[in-house]
Order: sequence, then structure tokens, then C-alpha cells
Amino acid sequence: MSYIQVENLIKQYGTGNAAVMAVGGMSFRIQMGEFVAVMGESGSGKSTLLSMMGGLNTPTSGHYSVDGLKVYQLGQDKRADFRREFLGFIFQSFHLVPYLTILENVMVPLVTVKTNGRTKRSMAEDALSRVGLDGKAHRLPSQVSGGEQERVAIARAIVNEPPILLADEPSGNLDSKTTREVMDLLRSLNQDGTTIDMLTHSPECAGYARRLLRISDGLLVEDVPLNGNPENSCNIAMQHL
Amino acid sequence: MTLKDIALRNIRRRKAKAGFVLAGLLIAVSTAVALLGLIEAMNRDIQQKLEEYGANILILPRTENLSLTYGGLSLGPVSFEMQEIRQADLVRVRAIKNAANVAAMGPTVLGAIEVEDRKVLLAGVDFQATKILKPWWKIGGKVPSDFDVLLGSEAARILALETGAHFKVNGSELQVSGILAPTGSQDDQLVFARLDTAQSLLHKEGRISMVEVAALCNACPIEDMVRQISGALPDTKVMAIQQVVQSRMETLDYFRKFSYGVTAVLLLVGSLVVLVTMMGSVRERTSEIGIFRAMGFRRSHVIRIVLLEAGIISAMAGILGYLIGFGSTKLALPFFTGSTGMGVIFDPVLAAGAFAAAVIMGLASSVYPALLAARIDPSDALRAL
Repeated sequence: MSYIQVENLIKQYGTGNAAVMAVGGMSFRIQMGEFVAVMGESGSGKSTLLSMMGGLNTPTSGHYSVDGLKVYQLGQDKRADFRREFLGFIFQSFHLVPYLTILENVMVPLVTVKTNGRTKRSMAEDALSRVGLDGKAHRLPSQVSGGEQERVAIARAIVNEPPILLADEPSGNLDSKTTREVMDLLRSLNQDGTTIDMLTHSPECAGYARRLLRISDGLLVEDVPLNGNPENSCNIAMQHL
Repeated sequence: MTLKDIALRNIRRRKAKAGFVLAGLLIAVSTAVALLGLIEAMNRDIQQKLEEYGANILILPRTENLSLTYGGLSLGPVSFEMQEIRQADLVRVRAIKNAANVAAMGPTVLGAIEVEDRKVLLAGVDFQATKILKPWWKIGGKVPSDFDVLLGSEAARILALETGAHFKVNGSELQVSGILAPTGSQDDQLVFARLDTAQSLLHKEGRISMVEVAALCNACPIEDMVRQISGALPDTKVMAIQQVVQSRMETLDYFRKFSYGVTAVLLLVGSLVVLVTMMGSVRERTSEIGIFRAMGFRRSHVIRIVLLEAGIISAMAGILGYLIGFGSTKLALPFFTGSTGMGVIFDPVLAAGAFAAAVIMGLASSVYPALLAARIDPSDALRAL
């Protein structure tokens, strides 16, 4: 059985003539430890797909399961627990809490975990160390660069060591040098066993993945294996755009 | 890092919003405390002043003789030749449980005398006690000593006696030391002498006809005082002058109801300020709540963050509100009572009540915004970013 199973997932907003089909029946499977890039033009349904995979947006119909757990059959609280235990989110605009320090931002997913404060702090420091930000733990997000904010977002996503990372345009607001650093970091996490599902517009970023899903108008139009070599894969990704 | 830390950080970050909630609660609580404190202090002041309204308990001999009206009050079975109370027994009143609540006790002996061929009622009184029992008395002349008398205004007119005049009663020479200004009561028709002088003139040494008592008991009803005095003087009839007591209680009750009404309105307005401000705060934080929900926060966690914020601010408002209200009462009291003598005392019940009211009000007003925050759809919240 596949680790992540998406079966005929449909998301429709509105009803009747005003109905908009954001995702029109998508099916695919992701194995544990895969690094999947999802590409598509704006409005193709990428973000809706990601929010449904994150347990945040109930599909109109279809099935979605992770490790055999049927996510949308869970109640609100259990779905929140699922997000905490299984998922790490990396948002395009970082979405850091502006009034919390970098260390505190990284500790947010641990707030509802029943562990003592010292352990939580140590886990957050470890996560920051993994993304190379050990010296800036007590700064506010506004006091570090965009690239560093993205690293904080990654540290926050991995602090409770979730098996799956969902990344929405992780390099969307970064320069090319910082993008490479962030993508290297994601690849390293994937090599450590984390399953990654990444939305991107960038063929360069998609080149880091081992599989490319291309979607258009809410439908999966291509499912292409990549070799994980950024340069070669980038060329392949570009061919499929 | 806990939910409380998130709540505290948010309060610090949104100082203006937190300040607005604090101000809303603070104004409501401090005004309520000031008002209730003021009313309580005014009540004490009124009670003290009411004591000056005179006697509110009468001690009469237990008798079946004809009744007599005195000062507009029914004195019950008082007659000139009735059974009388032994003056020596009155010390027992000073030994009752609530003896400290007896402000003044005025024993009175009554008897008919003949002046210039006219019958007139002589009242022997304790002039010291009368100052408290009848503070409205205005004496033109001097308070009588030894064989002096004080004439009621009507008595002076009918007997055609002036201050300094002399007349004889039962062979004793008496001098008019003063004339009482008209009181509108039966006092105007009496001749007053010192108790011992009157007892001697009436041959009633050691006996008295009635006792007027000014008593006030905050902690117990006036009926308790009546019962205690009856127990101390079993051969007497002890009566509360209900009209005085009733009007006193009505006055206090009026002030209390007024203060409760105003307090309720203030608390309602304060609650609305909290509700509106917290709703605004939740709407501003939609994206942040979306992030928390994406990170695995349950709805109950979001509710707890909002309520923790409200609880922290409300607790501060409760403490500060009591202190400000307490200070305001101290400042405002002289304007309301006209005296600075009435001290405002620390009332632990009011302090605890203010704190509890602020916290309950803050939390109750934040329940709806908290539920609203918990219902925010995380996907909508994140899409809005």
C-alpha cells in the first residue's frame, strides 16, 4: 500500500452556474521517502490540492489517506492531531508569527505536544541548528533576511520530525543563491527519509525532486520521474512545462 | 513556550487593543467600585445622621391605663398615676448584647403640676441625653440646672412666663431658665425640668414614666434590640417606633438599588467594549490563527489563547479597577456627604467582588470571539495571506 493515496479528489467552490471546479478528480500515490514536485500555472489547482493534502480543506468528494489513515473521515480535533503528527508546512510567504522570536516560532508546533519545556527548547534549537540559524534564535522574524525567514519556516516544519513536508513555493520570495541553499536543505531532509510534496513554478526547484506531477485546470496531466540531479532534472521539468 | 506565552506575547504586541479592553473593563470596574464604595460610605453617613433624628425605641410601663399621645407618637398606656419603671433597673439596658448600639437613653418622668391655677404637664428629663434624642430643640436661654425649668413655647405663652420669671410648684420656687423654640410637637405645651428635680417635685424619686432610646444596629434588625431590652426589663413594654426604622431602611434600600442599577449598566457597557474589541482582535489575527491550526492546534487551543488573553487583561483590570475605584471614593466622598470624617474602609468582599466581576465579565464577553476564532477555516485563513 502506498504511503499517501489520493483517489479521485474533487474540490468544487460554489454551486450551480457559479460553481468553480478547483480540482476536478485527481488520483495519484506517493511512496514514503519520495520527493515530489507539483507544477502548474497559476489557478491550476495546486494550492487547493496542497491544502487538501494538509487536512485543511475538506474535498467535495474523493478519498485521501496517509499511512492508511483516512484523513477526511477524522473529526476536527483528530485532523488537527494528524497535522501535528504527520505534517510539516512550509509556506511561500513564510507565515511566521511576527511577535514571537525565531526560537519561539520554531517551537509553535510543539506547544500542544505534551513534553517538558526544556525538551521542546532543545528540539527547537536542534531544528534551527539543522537549518544553520543557531545564532539568531532570539531575534524577531523582521530582524532577519527573507532567506533566513524561509529557513526558520523550514525549521518550524521539521521541529517535531514529521514524516511528510508540504511546501508551497518555498523559493517563491528568494533570490537564486538562497533558493539553491533552501533546495539543498530540502533535498538533505528528503535524503534523511522525509517525504516531500512541493508546489513550485520553478523548473530549477522541480529539478531537485525525483518525480514531477504537472497539473492543469484541476487535473493531473503528467506524472514524470526525475533523476534528482538538479541540472538534468531541470531540463526535463522545463520540457514538460 | 505555552499557550499562555502566546497570549502574553500577543498582548504585548497589540498594546493598543489590549489597552482598549483594559480601559473598557477598568472604567466599568473602577466606577462600580467607586459607586458601591460611595454608596456604602454614604449609607454609613446616613445611618450616623439618622441617629440624630432621635429616639426609635420607647420603654413604657406594662399597664392597662388610658393612653396618651406624645410628640405624635403613640406612647401606649401612659398615665399620670400609672405603674412606673424603677430608675435603678435601667442599668440592665447597658448590659444587653447590643449595648454598644445604644446611642442615647433618655429616662423621663411625667406628672401634672399646677402653675398660676393652670394644670400643666411637667416632664423631668436628662438634658444631656435629650441633646441626642431631640437634636432639633432650640433653647432660648439656658439649659435648666437644679430648680430651673424650660418652658415649651405654648406653655410660656399661655402661662405668660418669660426667661428669668419665677413661679411656685408644690411650695418650691422655680425659675424659667429658657424657652423652647416651637417644635410643632407636644413638647411646646410642656414644662421641662431636670429629672431629679421633677422626681422631687412630683414625689416620684427613683421612678420614671418612660424611656426614650436612640439605637441603631447595622448588623441586626431593630427588632433584635427591642427583644434584648424586653429581656432586660421584663416588667416593661418595649416598642420600636416603626415609622423611623422603616423610613431609614427605605432610604438605605433606595441608595442600594440605585447603585446596583448603575453598576449593572456600567458592567454591560464594559462587556460590550470587550466583546467588540476582542472580535476586532480575532479578525485581525485570522492568518495567525490559520498558521496555528495548520501547525496542529485544536479548536480548543485557539479558544484557550483568546480566553487567556481576556483573562490576563481582566485580572489586571480587576486589581487596578478596585484601586482606582477605592481612591475615587476617597476623593469623591466629601462632595457627596459634605464631610471628610467618614473614612472609606478597605472592604475585602468588594475587592474580591471587583476582581471576580472583571474576570467573569472579560471571559464571558470573550467567549463568542473565542468561538469565532476557533471556527476560522484554516485553508481560508492561509489563502488570505
